[in-house]
Amino acid sequence: MSASRTIRVEILSRVEGEGALHIHTENGRLEQVQLQIYEPPRLFEALLRGRPLEEVPDITARICGICPVAYQMSSVHALEMALEVTISPEIRQLRRLLYCGEWIESHALHMHLLHAPDFLGYESGIAMAADHPDAVNRGLRLKKHGNQLLEVLGGRAIHPINVAVGGFYRAPRREEFARLIPDFEWGLQAAIEATRWVAGLEFPDFERDYDMVALVHPDEYAFNEGRVVSTRGRDVAVLDYEEHYDEVHVAHSTALHSETLPERRCYHVGPLARLNLSRDRLFPEARRVADEIGFETPCWNPYRSIVARGIELVHAYAEALSILCDYRPFTPSRIAYEYREGEGCAATEAPRGLIYHRYQVDAEGKVQFAKIVPPTSQNQKQIEDDLRAWLPGVLDRPDKEVARMSEELVRNYDPCISCSTHFLKVVRHAR
Amino acid sequence: MSAKPRLGVFKFASCDGCQLSLLDAEDELLAVAGAVDIAFFPEASSRMEPGPYDVALVEGSITTAHDAERIHEVRRESKFLMTIGACATAGGIQALRNWGDSEEFVRAVYAHPEYIQTLATSTAIADHVKVDFELRGCPINHHQLVEVLASLIAGRKPRTPTHAVCLDCKRKGTVCVTVAQGIACLGPVTQSGCDAICPSYDRGCYGCYGPLKQANPTSLADHLVQLNHPPAQLVPLFRSFNGYAEEFRGVGDGMERRMKDEG
Repeated sequence: MSASRTIRVEILSRVEGEGALHIHTENGRLEQVQLQIYEPPRLFEALLRGRPLEEVPDITARICGICPVAYQMSSVHALEMALEVTISPEIRQLRRLLYCGEWIESHALHMHLLHAPDFLGYESGIAMAADHPDAVNRGLRLKKHGNQLLEVLGGRAIHPINVAVGGFYRAPRREEFARLIPDFEWGLQAAIEATRWVAGLEFPDFERDYDMVALVHPDEYAFNEGRVVSTRGRDVAVLDYEEHYDEVHVAHSTALHSETLPERRCYHVGPLARLNLSRDRLFPEARRVADEIGFETPCWNPYRSIVARGIELVHAYAEALSILCDYRPFTPSRIAYEYREGEGCAATEAPRGLIYHRYQVDAEGKVQFAKIVPPTSQNQKQIEDDLRAWLPGVLDRPDKEVARMSEELVRNYDPCISCSTHFLKVVRHAR
Repeated sequence: MSAKPRLGVFKFASCDGCQLSLLDAEDELLAVAGAVDIAFFPEASSRMEPGPYDVALVEGSITTAHDAERIHEVRRESKFLMTIGACATAGGIQALRNWGDSEEFVRAVYAHPEYIQTLATSTAIADHVKVDFELRGCPINHHQLVEVLASLIAGRKPRTPTHAVCLDCKRKGTVCVTVAQGIACLGPVTQSGCDAICPSYDRGCYGCYGPLKQANPTSLADHLVQLNHPPAQLVPLFRSFNGYAEEFRGVGDGMERRMKDEG
C-alpha cells in the first residue's frame, strides 16, 4: 500500500515557544524526522554588539520569559571573567538563591501544569484541576513561592532587575527574606509530597543509551560553576567547551543544533543529566526523597524526567531555605570593576539544562561579540534521535495518536523554544 | 453574558514572558479559567479551538512575512484584540535591528543565512492591524492583566494607570536615585505599571513600560547630559525594550544626530 498519509499537529502545546515536527514515512518505513523550530529569529547575538556591557543581563533575560535568570547568571559570570572580577562569597550565595527561585517556579510549572497532564490524560493543567484540585493547587502554590523569592531578590519574577555585572544592585534586607521563611518551610514539605506524587505515575518503558552532559561541581549541586562532565567520561573545563561541543545550522530550524566533537553525535542536557552525575551532591532532604521513592540512577528513561524535576524541586527548596535562614546583609552588594578589553565565557545550569555564553568586550565597556548556546538547541538533535528510535514501534497506530505520543516524548525535555529561537508542528508525510 | 467569552492567546516574536504572566497569576488562574473559555492558549493547553474569539491577547512583534499575514487572520477572528507587552506594542528589543543592517545581523548569527526568512524590521502589532487595547510592560504586570480581563468579562472598558513611574516612587517613599545619587533614570518619562521597582533597588528606571503620553523625554535627556551622563550612554538607555516607540525613538535619534554633527 502506498497511500499518502499526513499528520499535522500545527503547534506543539504546553511548551514555551513554537515549533513543528515533520515525520516522513515511505511504505510504512520511517524516512525522516525533523523537529522544526520556526520561532522567528530575534538575533540577540547580533543586537548585543555595541551595547554597554552593563545591559547584557537585562537584554539576554529577554531571550526567555521562563528562565531569564539562567541568561542573567551565565552572562554576568562570563563578563566577570572578561573583566577579571572576582565576586565575594556572599554574592555567590545570593546567586545560588536566585537560581533556586527560578528552578522552583520553572520546575513547579512544568511538573504540574505542562507535564503531569500527559500522564493523567488531560489537555491542560487547568482541565486536570477539576479532578486533581489538591495536586494542581499545591503546584500553583509551590510555583508562587519561587516567584516570590525572585520578586524579593530579583525585584520581579519575570526579567528580574537586580542582577548586575559584579553582583546585585542592592542586597535585600534581612526582614525581606525573613518573611519568606514560613512559606519555604511549607514548600519543602509540599515539594516532597509532589515528588512522591509524580513518582507514582506510570512511565512508558523506553530507555536510551544517552550521552548526558551537565555542569559538575566537587562540593555542591552545580548551578553557576563547575566542569562540563558527561556520563561517558568526557570531563572538560568550561573554557574548553567549544572544542568539545559545536553548533550546526540545519535548514529546517531557526535554532542551531549542538553536537559533540569530534563524533558529531547528539547529547542530552537537563535534570536527568544533572541527577545522574551529581546525585550525591544534593541537599540531604532531596537525597532522602530520591532514596525513599527508589529512584535509580543512572536513569535512562526520559519520561522519568518529571521525577528528576521533583527531586530538584526539593533540593531547591531545601537550599533556598538554608540560605534564607542564614542570611546577613552585606556590603558591597556589587564588586567594582574597570573596563578592559577581554573575553570570558561561563556555563550554568538552566532549569532545562546546561547553558553556555561567551563574550568579547572592548576597553570602552562595549560588547564586541556574543555567543549564546541555550539548553534546547543542545537537546534538539537528541529529541529527533529519540523520535527516530521510538516512532517505528508505534507507526501502526492512528495518526492522531502518533502525533500525541510524539508531542509527549518532546515534552519530556521541557523544551524552551523562544530560547533556542519557533518550535512545534507535527506533520507526517507518508508515501 | 450568557456564554463565557472565548479567549485566544497568540504569540509572535517574543520571549513568552507576557503570556506566562497569566500562568503566574497563581491565585487567580483557576478563577479566570472558570470565567472565560480558554479556546486557544498553546503554552497552557493542548486544546486548540478555531475562532472566532471574543478576546485575543497578542504577544510579540512582527518580524516575518508569514507573521505579517497571520496577524490579519488573528484580527479577523477576534472581536477585541489586546496587545500584551513591549514587543507587541513597540517592537521589543528585537527592534534594534531597525537601526542596523538586518541581513548582516542574520549573517552574524547563522552559518547559513539563506535558511533564514526574516523581515528587515521588527514592528508593533498596531502597525499592521487595529488594536483595541495595549497593555504595556516588559514584562506586563499580571495584576494589571487580571484586572483588564475582569473588566472585559464584566463588559467594562479596561483602564490602566497612565501616570509616570516617577510618581510611584513618590508614593512609595523611594528616595530619588537621580537627585540623591546622580543615576540616569527614565522614571519621569515612563508609564507606570511596574510599581517603580528599579529605583527601590538603587538603579534607574530603564523604561520597560514605554513612554508616558505627553512626556518630554528630550528635556530629560538634556538634564541627564548636564548631570554628566555622556550622550553615548544615553542613546542605548532610550533605545532598548521600548526603543522603537515613537517618543523614545525620537530622543535617541536626535541625540545621535547631534553627536554626529558635533563630530
